[in-house]
Amino acid sequence: MNTIDPALRDTMLGAVPSLRAFAISLCGNVDRADDLVQETLLRALANIDSFQPGTNMSAWLFTILRNLFRSEYRKRRREVEDSDGSYAETLKSQPEQTGHVEFEEFRKALEHLPQDQREALILVGASGFSYEEAAEICGCAVGTIKSRVNRARTRLAQLLSIESLNDFGPDVTTRAVLAGNDR
Amino acid sequence: MHDRKSPEKVETPPDKPDNMEVRPLKKPKDAGALTRETQAKIGQQLRAYYDGLVEPTPDRFVDLLRQLDKPTGKGSSE
Repeated sequence: MNTIDPALRDTMLGAVPSLRAFAISLCGNVDRADDLVQETLLRALANIDSFQPGTNMSAWLFTILRNLFRSEYRKRRREVEDSDGSYAETLKSQPEQTGHVEFEEFRKALEHLPQDQREALILVGASGFSYEEAAEICGCAVGTIKSRVNRARTRLAQLLSIESLNDFGPDVTTRAVLAGNDR
Repeated sequence: MHDRKSPEKVETPPDKPDNMEVRPLKKPKDAGALTRETQAKIGQQLRAYYDGLVEPTPDRFVDLLRQLDKPTGKGSSE
């Protein structure tokens, strides 16, 4: 009963690298991320019938993974936080970054973001999903995703001191422009 | 001294220009005060970070899915 359409299988496999990167960025640990990916794939296979052909396989897998992570995170919350050290060690084949310091700094800044904001930012800014897709993955409104992404960026800019913020007032025009600006 | 709750007759909306305390009601300070340049910089770093995490699919996942390809036996026909 465990057969799977080879085309579907290949689509799933094709989604794994990004799915895995997402998992690592969520839990900050490659081993746990791999377990998460594995569980996601098994879950996906078990429910492959509920996948609608023609829809976005990647988004579907990301949704499953995120939900798994969420429920696991709630369980493990107390025992976790083994952050920096193990992460760096397990990340073996990291390509040479021109600015490794910058990379580290960025990673740490990212860790400071609230979970909601971090995942929204990554989905939209790195995994290549639209705001609409990200909203579906996170099970929330598109506007919520937009504001999470905005807050995440602003916070990152502060943490990385990329720019001191302009103290904008409630400038509707500016906000509208920014909201419509990317993607 | 009334609290501003009293709904007796409220005809003039309190948005005179000199009324400074209207402002803090909304504080979208965090909602988009970044320049495009800053956004671009963050976007760049974010992608660099993420790309650094992307690796070819580990064998275990390939095996996992291949195995399920073959319903009979263990599917060790490699």
